[in-house]
Amino acid sequence: MSCDDARVLVDAYVDGEIDLLRSLDVEKHIETCASCKHAVEQRQALGGALRDESMYYRAPRELEGKIRKSLEHAGGSARSGRRVLPILAVAAGLLLAAVFLDRLIPFSQNHRAEDLVAQEVLDSHLRSLMPGHLSDVESSDQHTVKPWFNGKLDFSPPVSDFAAQQFSLIGGRLDSIEGRTVAVLIYQRRQHRINVYIWPSSGTQNTEVDSMSRQGYHLLHWARGGMCWWVASDLNDSELRDFGKLLRNQ
Amino acid sequence: MKAAYNLARWLTRNDQDAEDVVQEAYLRAFRFYDSFRGSDARAWLLMIVRNTCFTWLAQNRKAQVSLNEEMPELAHIESNPETILLAGVDLELLRTSLAALPIEFREAIVLRELEGLSYKEISAVTGLPLGTVMSRLARARTRLQQTLAGRFSKGGAA
Repeated sequence: MSCDDARVLVDAYVDGEIDLLRSLDVEKHIETCASCKHAVEQRQALGGALRDESMYYRAPRELEGKIRKSLEHAGGSARSGRRVLPILAVAAGLLLAAVFLDRLIPFSQNHRAEDLVAQEVLDSHLRSLMPGHLSDVESSDQHTVKPWFNGKLDFSPPVSDFAAQQFSLIGGRLDSIEGRTVAVLIYQRRQHRINVYIWPSSGTQNTEVDSMSRQGYHLLHWARGGMCWWVASDLNDSELRDFGKLLRNQ
Repeated sequence: MKAAYNLARWLTRNDQDAEDVVQEAYLRAFRFYDSFRGSDARAWLLMIVRNTCFTWLAQNRKAQVSLNEEMPELAHIESNPETILLAGVDLELLRTSLAALPIEFREAIVLRELEGLSYKEISAVTGLPLGTVMSRLARARTRLQQTLAGRFSKGGAA
């Protein structure tokens, strides 16, 4: 890839909006090109600063009340017929529900549960980095790692090696999350360890990738094909997302 | 509503205008709720906020709504993207630099970086093709970096 090609893709690359192959091309290029690497780092620094909380304008508290009042007023004066009012009230309720509650409910319930799991995953990841704790079976061969889980779990985790994409499988282990035994696959990218946690999910729903950062580590989470997936690493967010895509598309 | 106000505040650059726009946008959303068929209520509301902002600005401050994409100094900036961005960005300076950007660039940055929307969602909110979303973001960021670097070096020389 030439510098010109790479420069065109820098923004989409930083935003995680290009496909994996091109993303890997960009990565390969910036490993050897200091000036393009600089361009990527500038974008990342700018993005980090823009996402600072102080850049975000908070609505004044009384605005919500004002809006409610003006919506009620609009509902009341819209038409003279009284029968319209209940309908409008329902519509307003739906809108408020869609706009306010939609943001609040998943946040307070699902997120709290997810938060706890995230913390457990992170704790387990940190434990695994201590000497001697990383793996129960050490192998870069998926045909060694996969059978190793047989008889130890009540499900069979998908095991693939992505050495070709520079995410090498280095082993597996059993761990405990939320009180259940889960499969952990261990991958390596340069010096970074990546722990992939897999267990059968409680729901059948497939979800989009949810990403979060805690204590300097990045976590990814999604549910797919009846399995719940968590990925933890100190690898940078954009490379970890690429890895997430590999796992989702295997 | 959080996102609605933040977007309106950045686009209007004024507390009171932002409040008025958000109220107006909610009224419109309320009126047109029947026509909402999509699944993404947030993008839909942001689209209404955005359109309300543009109408508002056109009525109140006509001069500000220039959707002229080819700003004269852009060519120069694009040819010289090696601006310096320090590790610790001065957030106050960043805020004024972002506020000073032309509205179409400001909008792209706010939707992407502050609201965390994907290109596809930005395209839904603004009605722009994906390719345009991407190139606007690229230009907007280059301009921001340029402004930051320019002021930094000026400050350093003084």
